[in-house]
Amino acid sequence: MKKFKEKLSGRIFFIFALSSISVLALITVFIIVKGAPIIAKVGFFNFVFGMKWSPSQGEFGIFPMIIGSVSVTLGAAALGVPIGICCSIFLAEFAPAKMREFFRPAIQLLAGIPSVVYGFWGLLFIVPFIRNFFGGPGLSILAGAIILAIMTLPTIISISEVSLLALPRQYKEGALALGLNHWQTIWSVLLPAAKSGIVAAVILGIGRAVGETMAVIMVLGNAVAVPLSILDPVRTLTTNIGIEMGYASGEHQQALFATGIVLFVIIMLLNSFAQYITRKR
Amino acid sequence: MKTNSRAGEKIAKLLIWSTALFVLVVLVAISAYILIKGLPRINWHFLTEIPRNMGRSGGVASTIVGTLLVTAVAIIIAMPFGIGTAFYLAEYTKESMITRIIRFSAESLAGIPSIVYGLFGFIFFVIYLNLGWSILSGGLTLAIMILPTIIRTSEEAILSVPKVYREVSFSLGGTKWQTIIKAVFPSAIRGITNGIILSVGRSVAETAAVIYTAGSALRMPVSLFSPTRTMAVHFYILAREGISLENAYGTAALLIILIFLINVVANMLVNRFIAKGR
Amino acid sequence: MVQNASKISVSGLNFYYQKKQAIFDLNLKIHANSILSVFGPANSGITTLLRSFNRLCDLTPGAHMEGQILLDGKNIYAPDIIVTELRRKVGMVFDVPTPLPMSIFDNIAYGPRLSGMKSKKLLFQSVEEALKMAALWEDVKDRLSMPAASLSGGQQQRLCIARVLALKPEVILLDRPCSGLDPISTAKIEESLSHLKEKFTIVIAPHNVQQAGRISDRAAFMLMGHLIEEGPARAVFANPQDQRTNDYITGRFG
Repeated sequence: MKKFKEKLSGRIFFIFALSSISVLALITVFIIVKGAPIIAKVGFFNFVFGMKWSPSQGEFGIFPMIIGSVSVTLGAAALGVPIGICCSIFLAEFAPAKMREFFRPAIQLLAGIPSVVYGFWGLLFIVPFIRNFFGGPGLSILAGAIILAIMTLPTIISISEVSLLALPRQYKEGALALGLNHWQTIWSVLLPAAKSGIVAAVILGIGRAVGETMAVIMVLGNAVAVPLSILDPVRTLTTNIGIEMGYASGEHQQALFATGIVLFVIIMLLNSFAQYITRKR
Repeated sequence: MKTNSRAGEKIAKLLIWSTALFVLVVLVAISAYILIKGLPRINWHFLTEIPRNMGRSGGVASTIVGTLLVTAVAIIIAMPFGIGTAFYLAEYTKESMITRIIRFSAESLAGIPSIVYGLFGFIFFVIYLNLGWSILSGGLTLAIMILPTIIRTSEEAILSVPKVYREVSFSLGGTKWQTIIKAVFPSAIRGITNGIILSVGRSVAETAAVIYTAGSALRMPVSLFSPTRTMAVHFYILAREGISLENAYGTAALLIILIFLINVVANMLVNRFIAKGR
Repeated sequence: MVQNASKISVSGLNFYYQKKQAIFDLNLKIHANSILSVFGPANSGITTLLRSFNRLCDLTPGAHMEGQILLDGKNIYAPDIIVTELRRKVGMVFDVPTPLPMSIFDNIAYGPRLSGMKSKKLLFQSVEEALKMAALWEDVKDRLSMPAASLSGGQQQRLCIARVLALKPEVILLDRPCSGLDPISTAKIEESLSHLKEKFTIVIAPHNVQQAGRISDRAAFMLMGHLIEEGPARAVFANPQDQRTNDYITGRFG
């Protein structure tokens, strides 16, 4: 009886553990089954590199949105990564204990604020600011990049900080004993040693930025065109789905799922890369 | 040379301090602004009346109920699967092909954008399983979305339980199951609860994954099969369509307070009831 | 001198962690109702030997053994042995106090509850009895619901002994139970052990030679996984048969 219970509990846990595999498989299958036919019909090349998205005329080219996603994400990374790493160095090395105690939960809590709230704030402040000081419509790559940078900060800060704190004490002590000052120690010993963790943090942050939808819908302007400057409005892969899912049907809906496939593949590549890097450590 | 490196250190320190303070100020300013604009809007009517005139007037009662129900479904479904997976990974197997695949799946799920969960939830729960736009569809979609968070935080919590607790329990004649339930679980429950709190917060805050699965109906839901609109979705629609900035602020402030309260209250409960005896 | 019947008998024991051998061809008889000290320098395989008596070694991945360990003439590695019952018969106290994160009462009641004891009255009886045997009852009888971690180190270790006693075991294994304790706590534990041997068979890895000399009826010296010699404690300490034992006792190494 007891043995039976033991075996049963192991089995049940195993079945629970299969849930994530089966869910991932279900998601992959359903998105592909729904989205692949339109890619097959339009042609892979025309779909991914097509410049024209006009569902009512049956034209489904998502290249402008790929450019949109890439440019907004790169912008967010350019702003968010250095700031995030600075903050993690601050928390791990400089912050007085009291301040750290306040800063850390504050960051965690702010990570919990709905992304739409950030988007809304961007619409109220960032967009007019850009319009007044840099010109253009304000709704732009730059606005999206700023909002995404703010949103990805908590991810980048907390993971980089953890990898800085995880370094053995001897690294720091050894460097200080050699006569390096605090900053030189951080720059030439600690940062290189924590590199893989920080890179993983950056990739995860970028993953969040690529995947964010509702916040950026509000600030990007959503025009389907290849942008010429960071002050131009743009549409990303996610916002394309977010905007049109509400009313799409038939081939149009399939094309949105196909957009989802492309997004899914990009994210899986990013994830595998991040997993590969963290595992190597 | 010496003065040079000292100047460098000073500049670097200044840069890092100012960046950190800047970030803190920006993040606090964002939430403070929303709270200042939104708090005056929150009163008894706002909390207890359902939205009227597309949300231009009336309150947000039905969206509060919708949010709580969708979140409850998500947590109730995801909890056993997430915690069960964590126990399987941490206690029942050594590293093998199958654990690597499970970990890979969980980590991949963690990275999938919420809009893709929205697409999947729409095609699978709403259309294929014919649940329609409903609390159930939205909750199930969110359950999948938070599953990897619960797995990861629970596994970390289980692994951080000292090994001696297991040894003591085994040495006193405990079976594996008894050891897990009586010695490991009580020590890990704090970390597990933290993961669940985090997941509740994410569910409450989510928009993209629920808007096309739970729908955007403003009626008070009558069953799990009713369509509903969560607070985050309500806020999004109010703000994006410019229906009522005033009510948008109010809803956003309420959301922030709710998420804050969930954190505080849950931590208090954990401290009061779970963490005693150690 | 008439010897009691042997409670545990080890023959031809070889123990491995993956490729590394920890115990070499060990033969040993342990007599009932006596205290056996197994002493020697660190990494001599003493902990491994103790842990093989209640099969706690099974939990270490890659650990495997050859040979036989008999408890009351029955091979404890036989396939029909129920490991949980064996562990209830052969209790273990670890080298550092290991209170579980729960109340004093719940710690002691942990074992009885595992074996299905539910009645409050019976549980209370066995907790009281165990605490009295471990000479801890007077210290804690008014605060049984306090967290066990609130006790002092010495009290915690006696709690761990009481926790084992509550199982009503036949053999008690103690792996350097006093290594982190002050002399007074150590004395208290040694005192209670000398009473306990009337009811139980005790195998202890002492944390030093002096302790082995104070408390043992018999003593066994181990070195690098080999049992060097075993005999009545007085004989082993006063007149060791092996040069290496003599060197160790007189502090010439280790």
